[in-house]
Amino acid sequence: MNTATTNLTEPGFNFAYLDEQTKRSIRRGLLKAVAIPGHQIPFSSREMPMSYGWGTGGIQVTASVIGKSDTLKVIDQGADDTTNAVNIRRFFKKVCGVKTTEKTTEATLIQTRHRIPETPLNEGQVMVYQVPIPEPLRWIEPSEPETRKMHALEEYGAMYVKLYEDITQYGHIATAYDYPVMVNNRYMMRPSPIPRFDNPKLNMNPALQLFGAGREKRLYALPPYTTVKSLDFEDHPFSVETWDKPCEFCGATDSYLDEVVIDNEGGRMWICSDTDYCEETQKS
Amino acid sequence: MISGSIPSQQIPSQQISDQQISSQPALPRFAAQTLLQAEQVHKGFTLHAQGGLHLSVLAGISLTVNQGDCVALQGASGSGKSTLMRSLYANYRVDSGNIWVKHQDSWRDLTQCQPHELIAIRQHTIGYVSQFLRVIPRVPALEVAAEPLIETGVSKSEAFAKVRSLFTHLNLPERLWSLSPTTFSGGEKQRVNIARAFAVDRPILLLDEPTAALDANNREAVMQLIEEKKAQGCGLVGIFHDADVRSSVCNRTLTF
Amino acid sequence: MTIQPLLTVEQLTKTYGEIQACDRISFSLYPGQILGIIGESGSGKTTLLNAIAHRLPIDSGQVTYHNSIKPTHLAQLPEPDRRRLMRTEWGFVQQNPRDGLRMNVTAGANIGERLMDIGQRHYGNIRTAASKWLAQVEIPPERIDAFPHTFSGGMQQRLQLARVLVTQPKLVLMDEPTGGLDVSVQARLLDLLRSLVRTLNLSVILVTHDIGVVRLLAHRLMVMQGGQVVEQGLTDQVLDDPQHPYTQQLVSATLLP
Repeated sequence: MNTATTNLTEPGFNFAYLDEQTKRSIRRGLLKAVAIPGHQIPFSSREMPMSYGWGTGGIQVTASVIGKSDTLKVIDQGADDTTNAVNIRRFFKKVCGVKTTEKTTEATLIQTRHRIPETPLNEGQVMVYQVPIPEPLRWIEPSEPETRKMHALEEYGAMYVKLYEDITQYGHIATAYDYPVMVNNRYMMRPSPIPRFDNPKLNMNPALQLFGAGREKRLYALPPYTTVKSLDFEDHPFSVETWDKPCEFCGATDSYLDEVVIDNEGGRMWICSDTDYCEETQKS
Repeated sequence: MISGSIPSQQIPSQQISDQQISSQPALPRFAAQTLLQAEQVHKGFTLHAQGGLHLSVLAGISLTVNQGDCVALQGASGSGKSTLMRSLYANYRVDSGNIWVKHQDSWRDLTQCQPHELIAIRQHTIGYVSQFLRVIPRVPALEVAAEPLIETGVSKSEAFAKVRSLFTHLNLPERLWSLSPTTFSGGEKQRVNIARAFAVDRPILLLDEPTAALDANNREAVMQLIEEKKAQGCGLVGIFHDADVRSSVCNRTLTF
Repeated sequence: MTIQPLLTVEQLTKTYGEIQACDRISFSLYPGQILGIIGESGSGKTTLLNAIAHRLPIDSGQVTYHNSIKPTHLAQLPEPDRRRLMRTEWGFVQQNPRDGLRMNVTAGANIGERLMDIGQRHYGNIRTAASKWLAQVEIPPERIDAFPHTFSGGMQQRLQLARVLVTQPKLVLMDEPTGGLDVSVQARLLDLLRSLVRTLNLSVILVTHDIGVVRLLAHRLMVMQGGQVVEQGLTDQVLDDPQHPYTQQLVSATLLP
């Protein structure tokens, strides 16, 4: 750590904005979450200088685990240059003085909304997910004590009712985002609104994956190399989205593509949602 | 709310529980041909709506029914013949006395049997032709009549065949077989009832005015069926309004 | 005649403060039997049903379920096992089908849910089972993808039945299943219940205030008043020769018993 970096922090704030007690209590919650993969741990979510829905859960997790030697990357819908990503990155730069990056390979800590980078993660990296609704069973059971009981007793049949309805209505499982998974063969988990394209990346990932829901006050985690299985039926196995064209910028055929409207005549193009991956592929 | 008028101590619920195994007193000796023996049956009715008025109807009635018997219960209206008949079917619960029935080679006292035992005894041993037919609307006559036979484990097709032949014998028009008896005339209902009871081979049959609503022709058909049962070694007990029928089929009379 | 009872209830007691909702209730239920429980509103019938299933805590007494392997005391059964039992070998049919069904999912999913609960993960098989049970309860299998709110009250009630029967339970508890239906629809449901009880060898505890329903369906009858069983016996015994003042009043108040 060099003094030049430290000098850049905004005066009047504790390192990473939150006070040490709060960070410690969140870390205790995260330790529990790591100990019971996929299980939701309540925590006393704090007010952050931003509104709920903008990633307050993710920010608190990041603030609790970030250290001076970390290199932070923030992505929103796969891009490093959207308002939310830029602001969060700037926020941590201000209150921690840490290095930031847009490169997945350089980052030690990645806070994300809606995507997992295409570039495979490595051991030692930490992913932090912003979670709007942590409870996978909420759609079928409004009562919190009852969903807790359902988790405790592993009563997950009702979740399959939703998948059954998808197949019945659309001929296939149509859930495209926040596709429910079973963690370590025990707990059902919402992976946050990542596309189901990213679900396979959750499985046996070498990185530590942490999930924070600010408004709902819940933490959960996937320790490195945890099995994560997407729910499916034997005769309707889980599958990911595919595209019949490559990215028009980089030509990649293995990444998640966004559809972009480019003119007033209805012209469209398909490009990588992961901006870093797209640039790296273009360079090579 | 009438519960206030009945102190709860009066009828503690455990007293009428059916938990205990029914205790059967020492068996009296029965003759080999005996099927049913009622001993010193007392039965009265307490009418709570009329200030607890007690009507004693049966006071120490005894009756033995042997194989091949057809016993007529005779007496004025209100004399208690129907009450005895219903008591023999355990439809009425008697105040005292015993009603012994030979059920699958063992003797059972109906007055001491548990509900599930009575269900089995009625299924296999005692048949009853009532004057009334209570059925679920929509169920066809053929199924209504075959139901008790099917319940004993006989196949549907076999049971239907037997009921069809009984319906034919009783001159029940074939177009009615697939209709619900709820809309039938009294005589038609009665013949469904008779077929229902006669389809099953039970050693004891109780007949409550089986020919009351029938014309001469059909009366004759029923009398034939009764004679067949007697010849098979069944014991029958009946209330017959019609003196001709009674004198023709009955070999004994119990007068009230 | 040594048939094992399927369920024994001994001295079951449940109070709400001063009110004795169920006062020392005892009975045995045998396989293939329908036990009717009648009594006016507030007599404790529904509480008894819920207490038997341990859907509410009881004060004292014992409920023993005799399945093929060994007797199970419900109070001592760990909660996961008890909840599982309720989803497999037991079933509960509510008076209001809206309480027993998921109204926001299709008929097929309603029926399939109990199968998915017990781990079935083959969409095709679940669907086949759902169509089969729709047919069993006389709903055209083409309606498998329809939502329950498009069904008539009678159909909803039959759908609820199919939802429960799909795991082939041994014991079904029913709370006024014919309550909200008109007479002709009721008759169809009664007939269906009767034939299902026979073909599936079901045991049923049927709570109702309708004497006509118990007359047609129940083998045995318990009459409840003020939390107590005041009379019980074969249905025809109790209705044709009522002994207790309350039963006499109940029977004489019925137009066509």
